[in-house]
Amino acid sequence: MGAEELDVLFQERIDANDKIEPRDSMPEEYRKHLIRQMSQHAHSEVIGMQPEGNWITRAPSLRAKKILLAKVQDEAGHGLYLYSATETLGISREELIEKLHQGKAKYASIFNYPALTWADMGAIGWLVDGAAITNQVSLQRTSYGPYARAMVKICKEESFHQRQGYEIMASMANGTAEQKEMAQDALNRFWWPSLMMFGPHDSDSPRTGNAMKWKIKREFNDVLRKRFIDKTVSQAELIGLTIPDKDLKWNEENNSYDFGQIDWDEFWSVVKGGGPCNVKRLKHHKKAHQEGEWVRKAAAAYAQKHSSK
Amino acid sequence: MSEVKDTQGQLWEVFIQTKKGLPFKHFGSVHAFDKEMAIQNARDLYTRRGEGKGMWVVPADAIVAVDPNNDASFFEPADDKIYRHPTFYELPDGTKNM
Repeated sequence: MGAEELDVLFQERIDANDKIEPRDSMPEEYRKHLIRQMSQHAHSEVIGMQPEGNWITRAPSLRAKKILLAKVQDEAGHGLYLYSATETLGISREELIEKLHQGKAKYASIFNYPALTWADMGAIGWLVDGAAITNQVSLQRTSYGPYARAMVKICKEESFHQRQGYEIMASMANGTAEQKEMAQDALNRFWWPSLMMFGPHDSDSPRTGNAMKWKIKREFNDVLRKRFIDKTVSQAELIGLTIPDKDLKWNEENNSYDFGQIDWDEFWSVVKGGGPCNVKRLKHHKKAHQEGEWVRKAAAAYAQKHSSK
Repeated sequence: MSEVKDTQGQLWEVFIQTKKGLPFKHFGSVHAFDKEMAIQNARDLYTRRGEGKGMWVVPADAIVAVDPNNDASFFEPADDKIYRHPTFYELPDGTKNM
Protein backbone atom coordinates (compact mmCIF):
# COMPACT_ATOMS: atom_id res chain seq x y z
CA MET A 1 0.00 0.00 0.00
CA GLY A 2 1.39 3.42 -0.91
CA ALA A 3 1.95 6.19 1.65
CA GLU A 4 -0.88 8.28 0.22
CA GLU A 5 -3.32 5.44 0.43
CA LEU A 6 -2.28 4.78 4.04
CA ASP A 7 -2.83 8.45 4.87
CA VAL A 8 -6.35 8.27 3.46
CA LEU A 9 -7.14 5.15 5.49
CA PHE A 10 -5.67 6.78 8.59
CA GLN A 11 -7.81 9.90 8.15
CA GLU A 12 -10.89 7.69 7.72
CA ARG A 13 -10.15 6.08 11.08
CA ILE A 14 -9.67 9.49 12.71
CA ASP A 15 -12.91 10.79 11.18
CA ALA A 16 -14.74 7.73 12.56
CA ASN A 17 -13.39 8.63 16.05
CA ASP A 18 -11.30 5.46 16.20
CA LYS A 19 -8.57 5.58 18.83
CA ILE A 20 -5.09 5.04 17.39
CA GLU A 21 -3.02 2.50 19.33
CA PRO A 22 0.79 2.18 19.59
CA ARG A 23 1.33 -0.50 16.97
CA ASP A 24 -1.19 0.85 14.45
CA SER A 25 0.07 2.34 11.24
CA MET A 26 0.21 6.16 11.46
CA PRO A 27 1.70 8.97 9.37
CA GLU A 28 5.23 9.91 10.46
CA GLU A 29 4.09 13.52 11.03
CA TYR A 30 1.35 12.34 13.41
CA ARG A 31 3.90 10.39 15.41
CA LYS A 32 6.29 13.36 15.51
CA HIS A 33 3.55 15.76 16.51
CA LEU A 34 2.52 13.48 19.36
CA ILE A 35 6.08 12.97 20.60
CA ARG A 36 6.59 16.73 20.65
CA GLN A 37 3.31 17.51 22.40
CA MET A 38 3.28 14.60 24.86
CA SER A 39 6.92 14.98 25.89
CA GLN A 40 6.38 18.70 26.40
CA HIS A 41 3.41 17.81 28.57
CA ALA A 42 5.48 15.26 30.56
CA HIS A 43 8.38 17.67 31.03
CA SER A 44 5.92 20.34 32.23
CA GLU A 45 4.64 18.07 35.00
CA VAL A 46 8.19 17.33 36.15
CA ILE A 47 9.58 20.88 35.90
CA GLY A 48 6.35 22.05 37.56
CA MET A 49 7.51 20.30 40.74
CA GLN A 50 10.24 22.91 41.23
CA PRO A 51 8.30 26.08 42.11
CA GLU A 52 6.17 24.11 44.60
CA GLY A 53 8.99 21.91 45.92
CA ASN A 54 10.62 25.19 46.88
CA TRP A 55 7.90 25.74 49.51
CA ILE A 56 7.69 22.28 51.11
CA THR A 57 10.15 23.11 53.90
CA ARG A 58 8.47 26.49 54.51
CA ALA A 59 4.81 25.45 54.50
CA PRO A 60 2.97 27.32 57.29
CA SER A 61 1.56 24.20 59.01
CA LEU A 62 2.00 20.43 59.08
CA ARG A 63 -1.36 20.08 57.31
CA ALA A 64 -0.21 22.41 54.52
CA LYS A 65 3.10 20.60 54.25
CA LYS A 66 1.53 17.15 53.92
CA ILE A 67 -0.85 18.42 51.25
CA LEU A 68 1.93 20.10 49.28
CA LEU A 69 4.07 16.94 49.45
CA ALA A 70 1.16 14.88 48.13
CA LYS A 71 0.57 17.37 45.34
CA VAL A 72 4.20 17.43 44.23
CA GLN A 73 4.22 13.63 44.30
CA ASP A 74 1.14 13.65 42.05
CA GLU A 75 2.95 15.90 39.57
CA ALA A 76 5.82 13.40 39.45
CA GLY A 77 3.26 10.67 38.85
CA HIS A 78 1.62 12.64 36.03
CA GLY A 79 5.03 13.09 34.44
CA LEU A 80 5.56 9.32 34.59
CA TYR A 81 2.13 8.49 33.09
CA LEU A 82 2.96 10.81 30.21
CA TYR A 83 6.53 9.59 29.70
CA SER A 84 5.24 6.00 29.49
CA ALA A 85 2.55 7.03 27.04
CA THR A 86 5.15 8.87 24.90
CA GLU A 87 7.46 5.86 24.95
CA THR A 88 4.77 3.79 23.21
CA LEU A 89 5.59 5.88 20.12
CA GLY A 90 9.04 4.32 19.94
CA ILE A 91 11.22 6.85 21.77
CA SER A 92 13.15 5.94 24.93
CA ARG A 93 13.00 7.66 28.32
CA GLU A 94 16.72 8.46 27.97
CA GLU A 95 16.14 10.24 24.64
CA LEU A 96 13.22 12.22 26.04
CA ILE A 97 15.30 13.54 28.93
CA GLU A 98 18.27 14.23 26.68
CA LYS A 99 16.08 16.35 24.40
CA LEU A 100 14.89 18.38 27.38
CA HIS A 101 18.47 18.94 28.52
CA GLN A 102 19.53 19.98 25.03
CA GLY A 103 16.70 22.48 24.87
CA LYS A 104 15.14 20.63 21.91
CA ALA A 105 12.03 19.73 23.91
CA LYS A 106 10.12 22.42 25.76
CA TYR A 107 7.94 22.57 28.86
CA ALA A 108 5.12 24.94 29.82
CA SER A 109 6.42 28.50 30.14
CA ILE A 110 4.37 29.13 33.26
CA PHE A 111 7.02 27.32 35.32
CA ASN A 112 9.60 29.89 34.33
CA TYR A 113 7.93 32.33 36.71
CA PRO A 114 9.12 32.28 40.34
CA ALA A 115 6.95 31.31 43.33
CA LEU A 116 7.75 34.22 45.65
CA THR A 117 5.30 33.85 48.55
CA TRP A 118 3.08 31.21 50.15
CA ALA A 119 0.12 32.80 48.35
CA ASP A 120 1.76 31.69 45.11
CA MET A 121 1.08 28.08 46.17
CA GLY A 122 -2.56 29.08 46.20
CA ALA A 123 -2.41 30.88 42.86
CA ILE A 124 -0.58 28.00 41.19
CA GLY A 125 -3.08 25.39 42.36
CA TRP A 126 -6.12 27.52 41.61
CA LEU A 127 -5.06 29.16 38.32
CA VAL A 128 -2.22 27.10 36.82
CA ASP A 129 -3.80 23.74 37.63
CA GLY A 130 -7.20 25.20 36.79
CA ALA A 131 -5.98 26.18 33.31
CA ALA A 132 -4.26 22.81 32.93
CA ILE A 133 -7.48 20.97 33.83
CA THR A 134 -9.47 22.95 31.26
CA ASN A 135 -6.99 21.86 28.62
CA GLN A 136 -6.66 18.28 29.86
CA VAL A 137 -10.39 17.62 30.09
CA SER A 138 -10.54 18.41 26.38
CA LEU A 139 -7.55 16.12 25.71
CA GLN A 140 -9.33 13.13 27.27
CA ARG A 141 -10.86 12.80 23.79
CA THR A 142 -7.56 13.00 21.91
CA SER A 143 -7.14 10.46 19.12
CA TYR A 144 -4.07 8.64 20.48
CA GLY A 145 -5.26 5.93 22.92
CA PRO A 146 -2.38 5.97 25.44
CA TYR A 147 -2.47 9.80 25.62
CA ALA A 148 -6.24 9.84 26.14
CA ARG A 149 -6.01 7.23 28.90
CA ALA A 150 -3.22 9.14 30.67
CA MET A 151 -5.40 12.28 30.54
CA VAL A 152 -8.34 10.48 32.17
CA LYS A 153 -6.13 9.42 35.08
CA ILE A 154 -4.57 12.86 35.41
CA CYS A 155 -7.89 14.71 35.36
CA LYS A 156 -9.18 12.55 38.21
CA GLU A 157 -6.27 13.68 40.36
CA GLU A 158 -6.03 17.33 39.28
CA SER A 159 -9.26 18.36 40.88
CA PHE A 160 -7.66 17.97 44.33
CA HIS A 161 -4.84 20.26 43.17
CA GLN A 162 -7.15 23.04 42.15
CA ARG A 163 -9.27 22.85 45.30
CA GLN A 164 -6.26 22.90 47.63
CA GLY A 165 -4.96 26.00 45.81
CA TYR A 166 -8.29 27.79 46.00
CA GLU A 167 -8.52 26.93 49.71
CA ILE A 168 -5.16 28.63 50.31
CA MET A 169 -6.31 31.71 48.36
CA ALA A 170 -9.65 31.83 50.19
CA SER A 171 -8.09 31.59 53.64
CA MET A 172 -5.50 34.25 52.84
CA ALA A 173 -8.09 36.53 51.26
CA ASN A 174 -10.11 36.24 54.48
CA GLY A 175 -7.07 36.72 56.72
CA THR A 176 -5.24 39.89 57.81
CA ALA A 177 -4.95 42.87 55.48
CA GLU A 178 -1.38 41.85 54.77
CA GLN A 179 -2.38 38.28 53.89
CA LYS A 180 -5.12 39.52 51.60
CA GLU A 181 -2.61 41.75 49.88
CA MET A 182 -0.31 38.77 49.33
CA ALA A 183 -3.19 36.80 47.80
CA GLN A 184 -4.07 39.69 45.48
CA ASP A 185 -0.41 40.10 44.52
CA ALA A 186 -0.15 36.39 43.64
CA LEU A 187 -3.30 36.67 41.51
CA ASN A 188 -1.86 39.77 39.79
CA ARG A 189 1.34 37.95 38.87
CA PHE A 190 -0.17 34.61 37.82
CA TRP A 191 -3.33 35.73 36.00
CA TRP A 192 -1.85 36.69 32.64
CA PRO A 193 0.75 33.88 32.47
CA SER A 194 -2.12 31.44 33.22
CA LEU A 195 -4.07 32.77 30.22
CA MET A 196 -0.93 32.35 28.10
CA MET A 197 -0.84 28.65 29.04
CA PHE A 198 -3.49 28.00 26.37
CA GLY A 199 -1.00 29.05 23.72
CA PRO A 200 -1.14 31.73 21.03
CA HIS A 201 -4.32 32.69 19.16
CA ASP A 202 -5.19 29.84 16.81
CA SER A 203 -4.60 32.15 13.85
CA ASP A 204 -0.95 32.51 15.03
CA SER A 205 -0.44 28.84 15.85
CA PRO A 206 1.09 27.10 12.83
CA ARG A 207 0.50 23.55 14.08
CA THR A 208 -3.18 23.90 14.96
CA GLY A 209 -4.32 22.78 11.48
CA ASN A 210 -2.81 19.30 11.59
CA ALA A 211 -3.53 18.89 15.30
CA MET A 212 -7.25 19.48 14.73
CA LYS A 213 -7.38 17.42 11.54
CA TRP A 214 -5.86 14.44 13.35
CA LYS A 215 -7.94 15.11 16.49
CA ILE A 216 -4.82 15.33 18.64
CA LYS A 217 -6.26 18.66 19.77
CA ARG A 218 -10.03 18.66 20.17
CA GLU A 219 -10.70 22.35 20.84
CA PHE A 220 -9.11 25.65 19.84
CA ASN A 221 -6.75 27.53 22.17
CA ASP A 222 -9.01 30.60 22.25
CA VAL A 223 -12.11 28.53 23.10
CA LEU A 224 -10.37 26.82 26.01
CA ARG A 225 -8.96 30.14 27.25
CA LYS A 226 -12.41 31.73 27.24
CA ARG A 227 -13.91 28.75 29.09
CA PHE A 228 -11.26 29.09 31.80
CA ILE A 229 -11.88 32.83 32.21
CA ASP A 230 -15.64 32.36 32.38
CA LYS A 231 -15.46 29.89 35.21
CA THR A 232 -12.66 31.62 37.16
CA VAL A 233 -13.97 35.20 37.41
CA SER A 234 -16.76 34.39 39.86
CA GLN A 235 -14.37 32.30 41.98
CA ALA A 236 -12.18 35.41 42.39
CA GLU A 237 -15.21 37.56 43.23
CA LEU A 238 -16.42 35.07 45.82
CA ILE A 239 -13.26 35.46 47.90
CA GLY A 240 -13.03 39.23 47.36
CA LEU A 241 -10.08 39.32 44.96
CA THR A 242 -9.89 41.37 41.77
CA ILE A 243 -8.83 39.98 38.39
CA PRO A 244 -6.06 42.33 37.17
CA ASP A 245 -7.74 43.23 33.85
CA LYS A 246 -9.47 46.59 33.49
CA ASP A 247 -11.10 45.46 30.24
CA LEU A 248 -12.75 42.42 31.79
CA LYS A 249 -16.50 42.84 31.27
CA TRP A 250 -19.50 40.52 31.10
CA ASN A 251 -20.88 40.34 27.59
CA GLU A 252 -24.58 39.54 27.78
CA GLU A 253 -24.85 38.83 24.08
CA ASN A 254 -22.04 36.23 24.01
CA ASN A 255 -22.90 34.92 27.47
CA SER A 256 -19.22 35.18 28.28
CA TYR A 257 -16.55 37.65 29.42
CA ASP A 258 -14.70 40.08 27.18
CA PHE A 259 -11.13 40.51 28.32
CA GLY A 260 -8.03 42.60 27.65
CA GLN A 261 -5.06 42.08 25.35
CA ILE A 262 -2.56 39.40 26.27
CA ASP A 263 1.06 40.54 26.10
CA TRP A 264 2.28 38.14 23.40
CA ASP A 265 5.75 39.71 23.35
CA GLU A 266 6.16 38.52 26.94
CA PHE A 267 4.82 35.08 25.98
CA TRP A 268 7.28 34.60 23.11
CA SER A 269 10.17 35.99 25.11
CA VAL A 270 9.58 33.43 27.91
CA VAL A 271 9.12 30.61 25.37
CA LYS A 272 12.46 31.55 23.83
CA GLY A 273 14.26 31.39 27.17
CA GLY A 274 13.91 34.96 28.45
CA GLY A 275 11.68 34.25 31.48
CA PRO A 276 12.84 34.91 35.04
CA CYS A 277 13.62 31.24 35.82
CA ASN A 278 14.32 29.44 32.48
CA VAL A 279 18.02 28.93 33.21
CA LYS A 280 17.46 27.95 36.83
CA ARG A 281 14.76 25.33 36.08
CA LEU A 282 16.79 23.48 33.47
CA LYS A 283 20.00 23.69 35.47
CA HIS A 284 18.28 22.17 38.48
CA HIS A 285 16.82 19.32 36.40
CA LYS A 286 20.23 18.51 34.90
CA LYS A 287 21.86 18.58 38.33
CA ALA A 288 19.26 16.25 39.86
CA HIS A 289 19.60 13.89 36.89
CA GLN A 290 23.41 13.84 37.08
CA GLU A 291 23.38 13.34 40.82
CA GLY A 292 21.08 10.35 40.37
CA GLU A 293 23.38 8.63 37.92
CA TRP A 294 25.20 6.51 40.52
CA VAL A 295 21.85 5.36 41.93
CA ARG A 296 20.65 4.16 38.54
CA LYS A 297 23.97 2.45 37.87
CA ALA A 298 24.00 0.79 41.28
CA ALA A 299 20.44 -0.46 40.78
CA ALA A 300 21.35 -1.85 37.36
CA ALA A 301 24.46 -3.55 38.74
CA TYR A 302 22.48 -5.02 41.64
CA ALA A 303 19.79 -6.37 39.31
CA GLN A 304 22.44 -7.82 37.01
CA LYS A 305 24.25 -9.54 39.90
CA HIS A 306 21.03 -11.09 41.20
CA SER A 307 19.79 -12.29 37.84
CA SER A 308 23.07 -14.09 37.08
CA LYS A 309 22.99 -16.03 40.36
CA MET B 1 30.80 -0.72 37.92
CA SER B 2 31.96 1.79 35.32
CA GLU B 3 30.87 -0.49 32.45
CA VAL B 4 27.27 -0.44 33.74
CA LYS B 5 25.18 1.76 31.43
CA ASP B 6 23.21 4.71 32.79
CA THR B 7 19.63 3.76 31.94
CA GLN B 8 16.15 4.28 33.37
CA GLY B 9 15.62 0.55 33.87
CA GLN B 10 13.37 -1.80 31.91
CA LEU B 11 9.69 -1.37 31.16
CA TRP B 12 7.13 -3.30 33.24
CA GLU B 13 3.37 -3.43 32.63
CA VAL B 14 1.14 -2.97 35.66
CA PHE B 15 -2.16 -4.80 36.26
CA ILE B 16 -4.36 -3.86 39.20
CA GLN B 17 -7.36 -5.42 40.87
CA THR B 18 -9.39 -2.54 42.27
CA LYS B 19 -11.70 -4.70 44.42
CA LYS B 20 -11.47 -8.27 45.68
CA GLY B 21 -13.23 -10.57 43.25
CA LEU B 22 -12.86 -8.28 40.21
CA PRO B 23 -10.55 -9.08 37.28
CA PHE B 24 -7.08 -7.52 37.08
CA LYS B 25 -6.95 -4.64 34.60
CA HIS B 26 -4.05 -3.01 32.77
CA PHE B 27 -3.30 0.34 34.44
CA GLY B 28 -0.10 1.49 32.77
CA SER B 29 3.62 0.89 32.98
CA VAL B 30 6.65 1.69 35.12
CA HIS B 31 10.41 1.61 34.78
CA ALA B 32 12.38 -0.49 37.27
CA PHE B 33 15.56 -2.52 37.54
CA ASP B 34 14.11 -5.61 39.21
CA LYS B 35 10.77 -7.07 40.30
CA GLU B 36 10.81 -5.67 43.85
CA MET B 37 11.46 -2.17 42.55
CA ALA B 38 8.84 -2.65 39.85
CA ILE B 39 6.12 -3.52 42.33
CA GLN B 40 7.07 -0.70 44.70
CA ASN B 41 7.18 1.86 41.89
CA ALA B 42 3.84 0.59 40.61
CA ARG B 43 2.32 0.96 44.10
CA ASP B 44 3.61 4.54 44.43
CA LEU B 45 2.52 5.48 40.93
CA TYR B 46 -0.87 3.81 40.52
CA THR B 47 -2.37 3.26 43.97
CA ARG B 48 -1.91 6.54 45.84
CA ARG B 49 -5.65 6.79 46.51
CA GLY B 50 -6.58 3.26 47.49
CA GLU B 51 -7.15 2.05 43.92
CA GLY B 52 -5.52 -1.33 44.56
CA LYS B 53 -6.41 -4.55 46.33
CA GLY B 54 -4.18 -6.73 44.16
CA MET B 55 -1.34 -6.02 41.72
CA TRP B 56 0.72 -7.81 39.06
CA VAL B 57 3.78 -6.42 37.32
CA VAL B 58 5.04 -8.13 34.17
CA PRO B 59 8.19 -7.37 32.14
CA ALA B 60 6.82 -5.66 29.02
CA ASP B 61 8.90 -7.85 26.70
CA ALA B 62 7.30 -10.99 28.18
CA ILE B 63 3.89 -9.98 26.82
CA VAL B 64 2.85 -11.57 23.54
CA ALA B 65 0.49 -9.38 21.54
CA VAL B 66 -1.47 -9.62 18.31
CA ASP B 67 0.02 -7.36 15.67
CA PRO B 68 -2.85 -5.15 14.48
CA ASN B 69 -1.10 -4.46 11.16
CA ASN B 70 -0.52 -8.00 9.95
CA ASP B 71 -3.15 -9.98 11.78
CA ALA B 72 -6.36 -8.27 10.73
CA SER B 73 -7.80 -11.71 10.03
CA PHE B 74 -6.78 -13.06 13.43
CA PHE B 75 -10.19 -12.59 15.04
CA GLU B 76 -12.13 -13.50 11.89
CA PRO B 77 -12.92 -17.14 12.78
CA ALA B 78 -15.48 -15.82 15.26
CA ASP B 79 -17.36 -13.79 12.66
CA ASP B 80 -19.32 -16.62 10.98
CA LYS B 81 -20.40 -18.42 14.16
CA ILE B 82 -23.36 -16.32 15.11
CA TYR B 83 -25.03 -19.43 16.62
CA ARG B 84 -22.69 -18.86 19.59
CA HIS B 85 -24.83 -15.90 20.61
CA PRO B 86 -28.08 -16.41 22.52
CA THR B 87 -29.94 -14.01 20.23
CA PHE B 88 -29.48 -16.46 17.32
CA TYR B 89 -32.25 -18.76 18.60
CA GLU B 90 -35.93 -18.44 17.87
CA LEU B 91 -38.09 -19.16 20.87
CA PRO B 92 -41.83 -19.71 20.94
CA ASP B 93 -43.84 -16.61 21.86
CA GLY B 94 -44.49 -16.38 25.55
CA THR B 95 -41.27 -18.09 26.66
CA LYS B 96 -40.33 -16.64 30.04
CA ASN B 97 -37.27 -16.60 32.29
CA MET B 98 -34.78 -17.62 29.56
